[in-house]
Amino acid sequence: MAKHHVAATVNGDEVEFLCETEDTLLDVLRDTLHLTGSKEGCSSGDCGACSVTLDGRLVCSCLVLGCEVGGRRVETIEGMASGDTLHPLQQKFLEHAALQCGICTPGFLVASRALLERQTHPTETEVRYWLAGNLCRCTGYDKIIKAVMDAAVEMRRS
Amino acid sequence: MAPTLTTDSEVGQTFVGTRTVRPDGADKVTGRARFGADFNLPGQLIGRVLRSPHPHARIISIDTSRAEALAGVKAVVTRDDFPDQSSEFVPAGEMMMNYKDVVRNVLAREKVLYEGHAVAAVAATSVAIAKRALKLIDVKYEVLPHVIDVVEAMRPDAPVLHDDLFTAGVEPKATTPSNIAKRIEIGHGDIEAGFAKADVIVEREFKTQPVHQGYIEPHAALASVSEDGSAEVWCTTQGHFIVRAHCARLLGMDIGQLRVTASEIGGGFGGKTVVYLEPLAVALSKKAKRPVKMVMSREEVFRASGPTSGATVRVKMGATKEGKIVAAFAELKYQAGAFQGSPVQPGVMCAYAPYDIENVKVIGYDVVSNRPKVAAYRAPGAPISEFAVESVVDEIAKKLEIDPVEFRLQNAAREGTKAAYGPKFGPIGLTDTLHAVEKTNHYTTPLDPWQGRGVASGFWFNIGGETCCSLTVNEDGTVSLMAGTPDIGGLRASLAMVAADEMGVPYEKVRPIIGDTGSVGFNFLTGGSRSTFSGTMAVVEAARQIKADLCRRAAKLWEVPVEQVQFENGSVKPIGEAAEKAKPMTVADMAKVAGKTGGPIGGYGRINAQGAGPSFGTHLVDLQVDPETGRVTILRYTVAQDAGKAVHPSYVEGQYQGGAAQGVGWALNEEYIYGPDGKMQNAGFLDYRMPVASDLPMIDAIVVEVPNPRHPYGVRGVGETPIVPPMAAIANAIENATGVRFTELPMSPPKVLKALKERGLNKPANGKGTNGGPAGH
Amino acid sequence: MARVVLVGNLTQLTDGVAEFDLPASSVRELFQLLGERHPALGPHLQEGVAVAIDGQIYQDTLLEPIEPDSEVFVIPQIAGG
Repeated sequence: MAKHHVAATVNGDEVEFLCETEDTLLDVLRDTLHLTGSKEGCSSGDCGACSVTLDGRLVCSCLVLGCEVGGRRVETIEGMASGDTLHPLQQKFLEHAALQCGICTPGFLVASRALLERQTHPTETEVRYWLAGNLCRCTGYDKIIKAVMDAAVEMRRS
Repeated sequence: MAPTLTTDSEVGQTFVGTRTVRPDGADKVTGRARFGADFNLPGQLIGRVLRSPHPHARIISIDTSRAEALAGVKAVVTRDDFPDQSSEFVPAGEMMMNYKDVVRNVLAREKVLYEGHAVAAVAATSVAIAKRALKLIDVKYEVLPHVIDVVEAMRPDAPVLHDDLFTAGVEPKATTPSNIAKRIEIGHGDIEAGFAKADVIVEREFKTQPVHQGYIEPHAALASVSEDGSAEVWCTTQGHFIVRAHCARLLGMDIGQLRVTASEIGGGFGGKTVVYLEPLAVALSKKAKRPVKMVMSREEVFRASGPTSGATVRVKMGATKEGKIVAAFAELKYQAGAFQGSPVQPGVMCAYAPYDIENVKVIGYDVVSNRPKVAAYRAPGAPISEFAVESVVDEIAKKLEIDPVEFRLQNAAREGTKAAYGPKFGPIGLTDTLHAVEKTNHYTTPLDPWQGRGVASGFWFNIGGETCCSLTVNEDGTVSLMAGTPDIGGLRASLAMVAADEMGVPYEKVRPIIGDTGSVGFNFLTGGSRSTFSGTMAVVEAARQIKADLCRRAAKLWEVPVEQVQFENGSVKPIGEAAEKAKPMTVADMAKVAGKTGGPIGGYGRINAQGAGPSFGTHLVDLQVDPETGRVTILRYTVAQDAGKAVHPSYVEGQYQGGAAQGVGWALNEEYIYGPDGKMQNAGFLDYRMPVASDLPMIDAIVVEVPNPRHPYGVRGVGETPIVPPMAAIANAIENATGVRFTELPMSPPKVLKALKERGLNKPANGKGTNGGPAGH
Repeated sequence: MARVVLVGNLTQLTDGVAEFDLPASSVRELFQLLGERHPALGPHLQEGVAVAIDGQIYQDTLLEPIEPDSEVFVIPQIAGG
């Protein structure tokens, strides 16, 4: 069975790749495009470590097929900073020590950015429920929530 | 002899105790940091493992010929590729590990002992080919009856896992093989006499299920073996020196031939202190003469890597009406999984550690059953025994109508108290944490019906151990720091802060890395809450060497006696009679003339850190029980724990919050669910339900500091204690809310609802919840 | 003479004797003396035990000094996860 040829935009760059029918977007990102920032925690869409946005919509890349993204726009953790400048979420995660081992961090950052793009003034409960699809085993979520709420304040200011 | 390192008097604390940004932070928030599965080598093969579908079976034969013949398959390994290991116990922390068992857990030999047990492994040019190759391996099994539950496994008629396992620790000596590997006992005093003095006695039996450490990053390893027999391994691990030792031993290599690099690690909690994939990857790479990369799926992590024990625990305690505990007994039966070595020993030692009790007797049993071999999980053994003990403590306090914190204060271990496991405690912070909790606004906030409040305490011994750390002063005065214990969350920041203060240089000028096994001397693994405690001691030692060296060099440059040179605030300066002879020189100034004054400047701390101080903690939780669904919602959570000295307060708080969250999951939802066929039914994150952000409130972390006199900064390890109190605190709060004492974990909605229904309490109008106020008593 | 107490299953190798008074001035000497009195105990002392001297726990050290009036406990080794 021949591979699929796919052309898409990843973090603003035009990319082309070949993939098997069963390859997930996560497989393609990590193994073909060498963007290893998105992580594989469960392959069943339960942990959120593979979170990316597809045409602006938050998805688990382990639940999207590589051949589904032709002509579409993918944004991963690698595209979050602008040059040397970290996104306010990235900066706040560091200031609040919202990461310990850091494996879930890319997923949380992508998911949080998707939230703050829709809701500039989220309550703590809204943040917690939006991020309920991202598992963290190290932090107990406390400092993550504080970082996201603080980033929201920062982003409202600018 | 291990010197008691004290920090030199001129060392200030500019950075220690502050909340710096961690040096590995930028890479972690941008996706640049490389975890176990993020490494690749050109020409690498993909490795996959064939696993047993049966919980217990004899292996009649393994035929790999069809798999080997498949195009794209470059190597297949089975038990024949690993020499058998003689029965030899080596220390592996709190469990003695037997290499005979290790080699059999890595690949089954005579029998498969759990569903998921590895039987063979292949390396192929693609994932698809590897998967197909597994299907072509023919294994003939003789299926045997299996046993899962610990009490079932102890019965004389239970299916026996090992023909050569005889119960140790019993008189007369055992002559028939058994699933009971060991019986242990500790105690002091006379518990019969103690119970005779008691006005109130409570006896309860508790049951817990195995729970998994739940690290988000699955096991991953990449091995590359050269034609001359040397090898390199990259893997996610808590102890790369331990991986090196195990692989060398299992494959008959010299330790020095094997170089292991620890990747960034996506969680471990004890579960990554053992080997699963690494020896397989090395063996495959050796055969294929190409690098081999192996990664576990989430399902494999659940089915084939060690959770912690499930257990049955009986506790009996007696107290006088004045509130003094006079007798304490416990019998712990812990499941070890397929091979002996549960954490029943530390469970036994920890059970009554928070209390000063005259008469104590604790018995423990280590029992094998057809489940994955247990691995360490954060304070191994203690959460289970403390769940039982702290629940009974609460019941006794309630019967005596004494406030639960006051009752604990009355009986608390203090400096000089003889611990249940023998020695007297040095300075400890248990009472400080109890007072801290008592003083919170949390403790006195009124509760509504169906809400309850619970408190519980706990502890972990903490350890030191072999640690090496090198400090190198670069030509421009920056400092390179190489440590050898993997950083699981904040270690590099803490080490850099101590190095910066010791050397008097800015924090940003210290660059810490974790060296591989070829670059730095032996380091025991990251575990036992030791990495900050031991690592900072090694940094102090290395810094001290550098400072002494800089003084010697300056003395020669200035032509003054070395006694008239002093290091202070990042500079060497002449003092006393020599005071006017020269201007002070900073570390950077000295670095510029390093070559001219003798060569590169560096220090190497190589120690076996002793003097670890125990960390005590007390947890306070408010929760709400929904009588219609049985769901328990955590409303408020406070942790007070003794850190000795918090080098980086944010990461200390993070340990308190993370451990508490794991305890919440252990208390309310997490468990391995087995069918009658001995197979795990919930091997995924959907049904193995760990807490998510919407399950928890903010977790208030109170850092108590009772300095550890044996550490230059007073540091105590903190990582493990936080998982010890939560289950009892939550059970106590549920009792406070409903009047129902739960003795089985998890207290998941179906179980809570069933218990409420049995008592006719499941309609909000019927029972109003028995909570009567702040302390519920 | 230091007062030495064995904790846990080690007493099974000493016919139940748990307490000793021994003129040991270091951990190494202590293990030697115990091993001489109870040969079955010897190998177990090399690996898998920790020693608490006057309340301070030491693991994996032979050279630690023991004072004439020290209280010493020999306990199972501990680590963590």
